[in-house]
Amino acid sequence: MVALNGADFELYPNEIVAVIGDNGAGKSTLIKALSGALQVDNGEIHLDGKRVRFRTPGDARRAGIEIVYQDLAVAPSLDIASNIFLGREARRRGPLGVGLRMLAKRTMRREASRHLQELKIGIQSMSQRVENLSGGQRQGVAVARASKWAQRVAIMDEPTAALGVKETRQVIELILRVRERGLPVILISHDMPHVFELADRIHIMRLGKRVAVVTPQTHTMPEAVAIMTGATQSELKQTLVKDGEAPPAESAEEEP
Amino acid sequence: MNPTESSAQAPSYRAPVERARRILAAPAVGPFLALLLTMAFFSLKSDRFLQGPSLSLVLQQVMVVGVLAIGQTLVILTAGIDLSVGTVMAFGQIVMTKLAIDSGYRPLTAILLGILACVAFGLFNGSLVAGVRLPAFIVTLGTLNIAFALTHIYSNDLTYPPGNSGKAELPSALLFWGRTFTIGHTDITYGVVLMFVLFGLAWFALTQTAWGRHVYATGDDPEAARLTGIKTGRVLLSVYMVGGLMYGIAAWLLVSRTELGDPNAGQTTENLDSITAVVLGGTSLFGGRGTVIGTLIGAIIVGVFRNGLTLIGVEVIYQYLVTGILVILAVSVDQLTHRRRL
Repeated sequence: MVALNGADFELYPNEIVAVIGDNGAGKSTLIKALSGALQVDNGEIHLDGKRVRFRTPGDARRAGIEIVYQDLAVAPSLDIASNIFLGREARRRGPLGVGLRMLAKRTMRREASRHLQELKIGIQSMSQRVENLSGGQRQGVAVARASKWAQRVAIMDEPTAALGVKETRQVIELILRVRERGLPVILISHDMPHVFELADRIHIMRLGKRVAVVTPQTHTMPEAVAIMTGATQSELKQTLVKDGEAPPAESAEEEP
Repeated sequence: MNPTESSAQAPSYRAPVERARRILAAPAVGPFLALLLTMAFFSLKSDRFLQGPSLSLVLQQVMVVGVLAIGQTLVILTAGIDLSVGTVMAFGQIVMTKLAIDSGYRPLTAILLGILACVAFGLFNGSLVAGVRLPAFIVTLGTLNIAFALTHIYSNDLTYPPGNSGKAELPSALLFWGRTFTIGHTDITYGVVLMFVLFGLAWFALTQTAWGRHVYATGDDPEAARLTGIKTGRVLLSVYMVGGLMYGIAAWLLVSRTELGDPNAGQTTENLDSITAVVLGGTSLFGGRGTVIGTLIGAIIVGVFRNGLTLIGVEVIYQYLVTGILVILAVSVDQLTHRRRL
């Protein structure tokens, strides 16, 4: 079963690219390939002009790509600071840290607090257990974790899926702030209004291929949905990107 | 986002109840209160209870289960369970004593080999749970039987030293932890000190190191932990092996206390008591939540109960009844104070 075929993808600095497509279009597969959770059979990934291979999620992480999963992948019984530093804990300096491998808890709490404040996430205490937070706050912690460690790219899979109206707004503003700090974001979302609000470019997938790359300026929501569901064939000819930034993308063609 | 507190403000008449619940919900507070209540109860029933020798006896009885319960806590924190605890300890015990007496190994070597035998069982358990992804319940149920069989095969069903040769034959190194030293008017057993030291080390590892956090994360949500980059397989393996180490040390403590190697040791009491201690201490059987200090208190509660009941003349069989009721009570209280899943 072929999940992806002819799925080209580009990401430029300081932009938010939304990946949209119906169920089965290949969005998750594309993301998993980019984050190292899946191995591609054919195709290449280039980062900053160099070819890279991601055999495990760890490889992608080391290359500076972080991903916020749809179910967040947080440890509910641990506190916020612990979650931000999960898998990358800071140790104390000196013999206690080196010999006994003792954690630098206060440092981590302070760092976590500072980072959340920079992202304007209004959570006061870093010692709260993540399970006691609201959905939006939990999402905030997951996004903060990714943006703290991501050097090159942050990927977000349906970040507003389970949230209410107000919390969704907060996460949207958070994503914008992440981009402002210079991190490009790949966003998977079913929510067209949010996609159109956030994305600089919209990468539309259908049946494992990229069928179009559009922008909110050149297309309307109904048009994008139409492309996504394959309603009108004539739309496939119009694949525009931002002026002067990249050559026009090929549409509906196989990779040689 | 709005700078809001995580929990909604409760109406003012509920505030004291909320505060009480929050205090009770702090780790190990509940168990500690239970311990105080239990000691108060027994000291009322028998004036011999709070005396030095009696308390010292309690701790001596607790020391084996306590150390076993350290390993059990680690395993349960990863949402597993170790049913082989008692019989693996029995095997270690037999290895130590038999090697020291029959095979003429140096005492410390025999002890080391006995402990390594237990660690090997831990490695076995851990590999199956982490590598083959078998449920811990099933794996350790199998190991329970394997260890039991090996113990009887290796010891030929004899105790060491065999029957009528007397206690003097076990080398003193094997009996070290049973010895006492005196501070003031109290005799303190070395083994009890070791138990406290081990609990301290376990507390440190669980709360002050990254490994400890990974243990909690793996137990709480293994998939989330894996996605975060934690090597959950290694964490699980290490947990079972440290468990094995604890069972081995407990074996040594048991030999020190009983002054022999008994192939029938560790069958029901130590096994179930180690789990009881963990549950009484507030650790969730679903993993990810609990403290090792709670387990220490839980182990002491079990010891206090057994000792107290004996002191007031209750037959041993009723102690099982009481322990069973205790566990159910403890879990219910824990549910109510934390208002979360078991």
